[in-house]
Amino acid sequence: MSPRSDPGALSRPDDHIDSPEPSADAASVTQPKLGFTGWVRFAWRQLTSMRTALLLLLLLAIAAVPGSLVPQRSSDPNGVTQYFSDNPRLAPVLDNLQMFDVYTSAWFSAIYLLLFVSLIGCIIPRTKHHFDALRARPPRTPARLARLAGYTERALPEGETADAAITRAAAELKRAGYRVERYDLRGEPSVSAERGYLRETGNLVFHTALLGILVAVGIGGGFGFAGQRVVVEGQSFVNTLSAFDSFNPGRFFNDANLDPYRLSLTDLEAVYETENQKALGQPVDFTASVEITGRDSDETVDGEVKVNHPLRVHGTDVYLLGNGYAPTITVRDAEGEVVFTDAIPFLPQDANLTSIGVVKVPDGMPEQLGMVGFFYPTQTTLDSGAYSSSYPDLVYPVLTLNVYAGDLGIDGGKPTSVYTLDPSTMEQLTGGATGVDSIELMPGQTQDLPNGLGTVTFEDATPDGEPNAADGDYSQSVDRFASFDIHRDPSQGWVLVFAILIIAGLLVSLFIPRRRVWVKAAKRRDGQVVLEYAGLARGEDPGLDEAVAAFADRHAGPAPAADPDHAHDADDAAPASSEGSVAPESAGDPAKPTT
Amino acid sequence: MTLDEISITLVYSAMAVYAIAFIAYAIDLARRSAVAASAADAAAASIASAEAPATVGAPATVGATVSGGGTGAVASAKGGRGAASAALSDGASVAYGRSPSLRVGVAMTVLAWALHLAADITRGLAAGRVPWANMYEFALTGTLIITSVYLLVLVVSKHDLRFLGTFITGLVLVLLGIATVNFYVSVVPLPPALQSAWLVIHVFVATSAVGFLALGFALSVVQLMQSRRETMLATAKQVKRSFLATLPDSATLENLAYRVTIIGFILWTFTLMAGAIWAEAAWGRYWGWDTKEVWTFIIWVVYAGYIHARATRGWRGSRSAWLAIIGFSTVMFNFTVVNLFFKGLHAYSGL
Repeated sequence: MSPRSDPGALSRPDDHIDSPEPSADAASVTQPKLGFTGWVRFAWRQLTSMRTALLLLLLLAIAAVPGSLVPQRSSDPNGVTQYFSDNPRLAPVLDNLQMFDVYTSAWFSAIYLLLFVSLIGCIIPRTKHHFDALRARPPRTPARLARLAGYTERALPEGETADAAITRAAAELKRAGYRVERYDLRGEPSVSAERGYLRETGNLVFHTALLGILVAVGIGGGFGFAGQRVVVEGQSFVNTLSAFDSFNPGRFFNDANLDPYRLSLTDLEAVYETENQKALGQPVDFTASVEITGRDSDETVDGEVKVNHPLRVHGTDVYLLGNGYAPTITVRDAEGEVVFTDAIPFLPQDANLTSIGVVKVPDGMPEQLGMVGFFYPTQTTLDSGAYSSSYPDLVYPVLTLNVYAGDLGIDGGKPTSVYTLDPSTMEQLTGGATGVDSIELMPGQTQDLPNGLGTVTFEDATPDGEPNAADGDYSQSVDRFASFDIHRDPSQGWVLVFAILIIAGLLVSLFIPRRRVWVKAAKRRDGQVVLEYAGLARGEDPGLDEAVAAFADRHAGPAPAADPDHAHDADDAAPASSEGSVAPESAGDPAKPTT
Repeated sequence: MTLDEISITLVYSAMAVYAIAFIAYAIDLARRSAVAASAADAAAASIASAEAPATVGAPATVGATVSGGGTGAVASAKGGRGAASAALSDGASVAYGRSPSLRVGVAMTVLAWALHLAADITRGLAAGRVPWANMYEFALTGTLIITSVYLLVLVVSKHDLRFLGTFITGLVLVLLGIATVNFYVSVVPLPPALQSAWLVIHVFVATSAVGFLALGFALSVVQLMQSRRETMLATAKQVKRSFLATLPDSATLENLAYRVTIIGFILWTFTLMAGAIWAEAAWGRYWGWDTKEVWTFIIWVVYAGYIHARATRGWRGSRSAWLAIIGFSTVMFNFTVVNLFFKGLHAYSGL
């Protein structure tokens, strides 16, 4: 990069405030024509300048905003679908601009990739420079210390030679963590000291760790996967690709890496608030008790999955992200033969778990049968006559079913959701405009299907020997399901390591002051030797003045209070500084290169 | 009375005392303007009477604590009552001594803070957990921290920053008022998603960050006003004699704002990371561009920009101050609009 006049200057982009001012000549000189390499160098210089980095940062902040205004496919896919149906004309336009995938969009990626290239262009020369600085000696003591920050002076302690005082200062500074170097200029012994190299180290660690996070997320994340699976109480699931309801593999994921362990949901316990009148029915706790069986063993291990407490097993993390009811429904044909029986997960629609589910009976009936069901764990009737649920737990569970007959649309091999029913190719038999009442069941009850098709039963799931629906106790009459997310993210540990480095680097780079301190035994015109102390802030350093004063006090005793002779000496020694009071205002000012 | 009712009563008491403090601080600002004006008049009069060829363009500082060592025209205090009446030309900063209203303001702030703290603690006791699990409680604790940071900085800082009291008590009063009127919810149990040690850490650090960033914002605003005034002085324009004359210069304000803001920035960085660790346990991923995560990121990037701006030639000073102001605006946006109107996983406002 550009040559430095001061070997001690921090290697920073040209427009860093610590860098020397650009000379006025350079701008006015007619630039020679740039060749190709010239242009590349020019572009690189521009990209790695502070101003560009700053603009890219601000651009990044602005570019992140739309992702919070428009639903994102990554975090809210249903919201995107909804947005398309609400804004049929605007949505495709936004989609073309990648507004539903902002954080993976070309424009967002371009900004942060440029930013990181700029960052690399900054880190590399600075690292090299810092490495050199770590081995360099502190610079020569300036001729006039009185111009510098925190300047103060003390009389030479009784009976000590100038040399001895400086040697002692060097030792004390070294003990205080300074790197020291003795100089002897024009017969005036002095020590030059510098400390706080960690500040730049921290800064470099911080920026490198940011880069590390990007790499860890970008590459490491590609080896993981995320899958979702709904499991009903008493059922199990094997960790294989086909078993997932939905599966999002990373770019480099290989499904041969899936460890096919078995996870069985033995019990899902939901606790709701019953005491606090203002929070009746609010969820208090969800606990999924599971059994894990490894591929090669028959041994099962008990485990527990709770919200905030994932189960980390066989290299995957199992999260409990949702739950609901899964009524067991049995359909019999006209002869009383069972043609269908299954626990159907019903998706909760509100806080009191009014839930919707779909039963599909593809075989065994004259026509395919579909049922859209509403489940109310504690059913009440609103003034309008509509049903609703008033409490999320099983107090008075009611299931209503609207029956459809016809073509379920699943024979063509087209994938369809188990949670929706397409009624366009079916005839509605109950509910709605049919004039036939919907089927209404409580656990343990059976009703006839319309048109003499057979019967449908809402099975009571209460385990044997416990008070069941027949006894009026519905508390265990319906199974619950757990919606598990199963993840594997091998980069996660790395991201955490880099995050810790970021915090550590940030703390060090913002709070460790980098400063130079000089002590000189200056000879006055009258032959008297006076100890001079001064400092130089390199970067933000609000405590510099005090640090210099404190060191002077420690080294040569406290300053004599307002000694007029003394003040006179100072003026004498530093005729160039007319007021002798330039120091106080420079606290926190950037270091000016001095040689 | 239940604990929660006691808490509410304490909140209203604290608001009343904050209001008194706010008035006292406002009176103090008005008095500062008057002092600045009279000092300028006195200076003009003294210069005129001495018929001294005063170099008006050279600002120098005279005050009770600073000896007049400068080369500018020294004005003798005319009929000097107290320290406040000595001044130089319009360009001078005016020393500002004891102000009864300022002392009342600080005393009332301390009293309001104590009531506020008691309100927060009783709310926590009533709920049987940390008092920052819904929007009302965030606001209650967040404003408490803003006041705490202000009082802490008063104790720690070498500079007299009591003049920020108008802003701090005003902001706290407004936020508390909105919170109690619009966001209040009675004590309800924690939803399972919030039952985590990270609730204690993540949310507390976030509110602490807001406390520091609020102070940085206030200092940046005053810095901009001061810097505008200084520019006008430098161009020898007529300057309105405002309370600004009694405040530190813009460079000092900028340095103070920076120091407060970087503490806020570090806390915010920690908030972001603690949030990511919590999100990993609660939602199965450490980062998912949830709306709240997006805005946390935006705030972080804006303040990162602020810190870089301070190190970029041409951006130091007013431009970086504007970034601090934009930064705090995004913090407030995140707290209010994002919480209330944006759809996302951080749906814990309780409203």
